[in-house]
Amino acid sequence: MVETPERDQIGAQALAWLEQNWDPEFTVREWWARLAESGWGFPTWPREWFGRGLPAESAAAVREAFTKVGALGPPASLGQLLGGPTLLTHASDEQRARFLPALARGEEFWCQFFSEPSSGSDLASLRTRAVRRDDGWVVNGQKVWTSGAQFADRGMLAARTDPDVPKHRGITYFIIDLDQPGVEVRPLHQMSGAHGFNEVFFTDAWVADDRIVGELGGGWAVATTTLMFERFMTSLPSASPGRHSAHLDLRAGDVADGKVKLEREGSPYASASKVILDVASRLGKTADPVTRGRLAALLLLERTNAYSGMRQADAVRAGRRPGAEGSARKITRSNLARTARDVGMDTLGAYGMLAGEDTPGGGAVQDIALSSPGASIAGGTDEIQRNIIGERVLGLPKEPRIDRDVPFRDLTVGTAETEKPDKP
Amino acid sequence: MELVFTEEQEELRRTLRDFCADKAPSSEVRRLMEATEGYDPAVWSQMADQLGLQSLAIPEQYGGAGFGFVELAIVLEEMGAALLPSPYFASAVLAATALLTCSDEAAKKDLLPGIAAGTTIGTLAFTEENGRWDADGIGLAARRGDGGWVLDGTKMFVLDGHVADLVLVVARTAAGLSLFAVEGGAAGLTRTPLPTLDQTRKLARLDFAGVPARLVGADGEGGAILAGTLDRAAVALAAEQLGGAQRVLDMSVEYAKVRYQFGRPIGSFQAIKHKCADMLVEVESARSAVYYAAWAVAEDSSELPVVASLAKAYCSDAYFHAAAENIQIHGGIGFTWEHDAHLYFKRAKSSQLFLGDSSYHREQLAQRVGI
Ligand SMILES: Cc1cc2nc3c(=O)[nH]c(=O)nc-3n(C[C@H](O)[C@H](O)[C@H](O)COP(=O)(O)OP(=O)(O)OC[C@H]3O[C@@H](n4cnc5c(N)ncnc54)[C@H](O)[C@@H]3O)c2cc1C
Repeated sequence: MVETPERDQIGAQALAWLEQNWDPEFTVREWWARLAESGWGFPTWPREWFGRGLPAESAAAVREAFTKVGALGPPASLGQLLGGPTLLTHASDEQRARFLPALARGEEFWCQFFSEPSSGSDLASLRTRAVRRDDGWVVNGQKVWTSGAQFADRGMLAARTDPDVPKHRGITYFIIDLDQPGVEVRPLHQMSGAHGFNEVFFTDAWVADDRIVGELGGGWAVATTTLMFERFMTSLPSASPGRHSAHLDLRAGDVADGKVKLEREGSPYASASKVILDVASRLGKTADPVTRGRLAALLLLERTNAYSGMRQADAVRAGRRPGAEGSARKITRSNLARTARDVGMDTLGAYGMLAGEDTPGGGAVQDIALSSPGASIAGGTDEIQRNIIGERVLGLPKEPRIDRDVPFRDLTVGTAETEKPDKP
Repeated sequence: MELVFTEEQEELRRTLRDFCADKAPSSEVRRLMEATEGYDPAVWSQMADQLGLQSLAIPEQYGGAGFGFVELAIVLEEMGAALLPSPYFASAVLAATALLTCSDEAAKKDLLPGIAAGTTIGTLAFTEENGRWDADGIGLAARRGDGGWVLDGTKMFVLDGHVADLVLVVARTAAGLSLFAVEGGAAGLTRTPLPTLDQTRKLARLDFAGVPARLVGADGEGGAILAGTLDRAAVALAAEQLGGAQRVLDMSVEYAKVRYQFGRPIGSFQAIKHKCADMLVEVESARSAVYYAAWAVAEDSSELPVVASLAKAYCSDAYFHAAAENIQIHGGIGFTWEHDAHLYFKRAKSSQLFLGDSSYHREQLAQRVGI
């Protein structure tokens, strides 16, 4: 980790390419097409699939280059962040050829149809059914907390194809189109009031046979891959891909400069300590020893988290498959979100009782505070990450499980009094 | 000292709980939080006429019912549990306490009966744009004009300042800090509602431009009145926080019993069970602090300044911790607008900051015990 010539070299290459090619006058669509061709948008994807075949460790250096040049980042819906890598791991070449180009060029937005009202942490208990008809599948059920479904062209769908086997074995992973009569997206609002996620209802929705990723009944392994990528997920601020968000024809430079305000989930601030330091300066609190100590503690957490990212990437380069360590980082990010929330709000003091742009920092600290609970829930809760660390990193004995070997039909799932067990 | 409630006090609690359940279900709280006024005048009248809540802790000679601070704490606990939107804290706690703490018999006789009857909504304006909660932060000036005192300057974060009929203002005179009474609709007073993080609690900015004011108490008495009022208000706020903390603990425990994942209720996972247990430990400590502090107010104990800051610091953190854990225990549904968990999260955060955050009160505590 101390030696970084390779990382520097890749960073320098990315920088050189970006300096030569970035032009704020491009439309978002044009810029992304050019990025896709160059491989710098998705440097860790293979060369034959819009990438440069670089190790994960290089991604941070490439991101830095984007920031330095001020270039608009690559498209980053869950399709690009999770779908692409999942397809590269599990899909057939035909499927890659079919889906990766539009993802790489940002022409499509994908969402993730995993969680259901009854099945969040216990994703494998999901009830959405896919039943075979002719050369495809008919899907019925409900997904929930689906981020970005209002913009999505397709979704990564985990559905139950066999309720008679234990729950992990009867799941299949599909790529389903949203633009069809059987798919209804209803908005859900998060606690800040923003519309980030949705409920999605499938009523006799159709998905063809060739949309199965991995094996029939082998969807759990594919979903696990997606979830693993989710724990590592980082992205640059960017426009939103796909035609529904209507960003493709904007001037790329305007989006890169932040002239176009984009709705993003989670905390939109790369460095909370910077935002809070700015507020502390405005309020004349930078000399206050309590504020100083707490800001320093926040900065410390931010930095160690960044170092962990580098170290993890180095481990990957050294040939170790990333796995449960992602859980440790995800918990660190939750801690970071909570610390930023508390330090930020106390720094704001009385102004923290107010909302909106007229407060010091323009409402950024309040945004951080109101998005913080999401960090420890989305993508697998902190408790689930701790279980993974305990069992898979530390090798502690597993908790006795009562749900592994029983046919899915015989399990109790969901919320007892509000939902009757109407299992498929 | 008596830290156990009488049957009468328990009856008051039950009455309040039923009243809040009836008048402030989630749907009402959400309706009122969207409105600028932030409360329902009809419910406010019922609070006064049917239950006598506004008059509860005001002595009989000023039109009150003559109960003590312990009863007031019980009421606030239940209101905090339900998030009942009303100017009760502003009027029955801040304004009434400031008047009761001052030496001005005439002002008490004039102003308290209206507060007790609920026909006057009072509030206290002391914080300014610098956001400080202590007396040194106060700069708004009072001067003698032709016909009497006149105020010029700005007050911020004034609880229910946009609907108050009577604003008690702490201002600076040659003699130091003094308390003044201003009518809500006075000429030269501009009241601007502020968008709040906790929409169930309304704050306003008040700009004074030559506003005529009545001196309450002696010129220079304002510092003592403010100190006494803020200690009592801190205990009152702690009581409200206790009620909220208990309510989110109840929500968590209830959900942990009915939500199944991995074939088991999530409450059977130690990760969740221990969270709930930790919340209970903190809520019970908060309860002890609040009841002890309420007793100290009721008995006019010399310990009050110490226990006031202690209770405020402890209950603020216990409540916020519980409110955040409540969301975590609910998972994704707890992060939604539609679920009530965020209303408590926001109330807990804003009342953690209101009247001074926990670092401030811990420092006060240290100073007051002589560290
Ligand atoms: C902002 C946000 C965005 C999201 N976006 C998406 C999306 O795009 N697509 C998607 O499919 N999902 C999405 N989700 C859903 C998310 O993955 C789930 O909310 C999460 O996995 C938790 O599931 P749940 O909400 O059902 O909570 P539950 O699983 O019901 O958990 C409730 C509580 O029980 C605890 N618990 C559960 N099991 C255990 C255990 N074994 N041991 C200890 N504790 C346990 C949990 O930690 C939690 O505290 C999103 C969620 C959020 C908050």
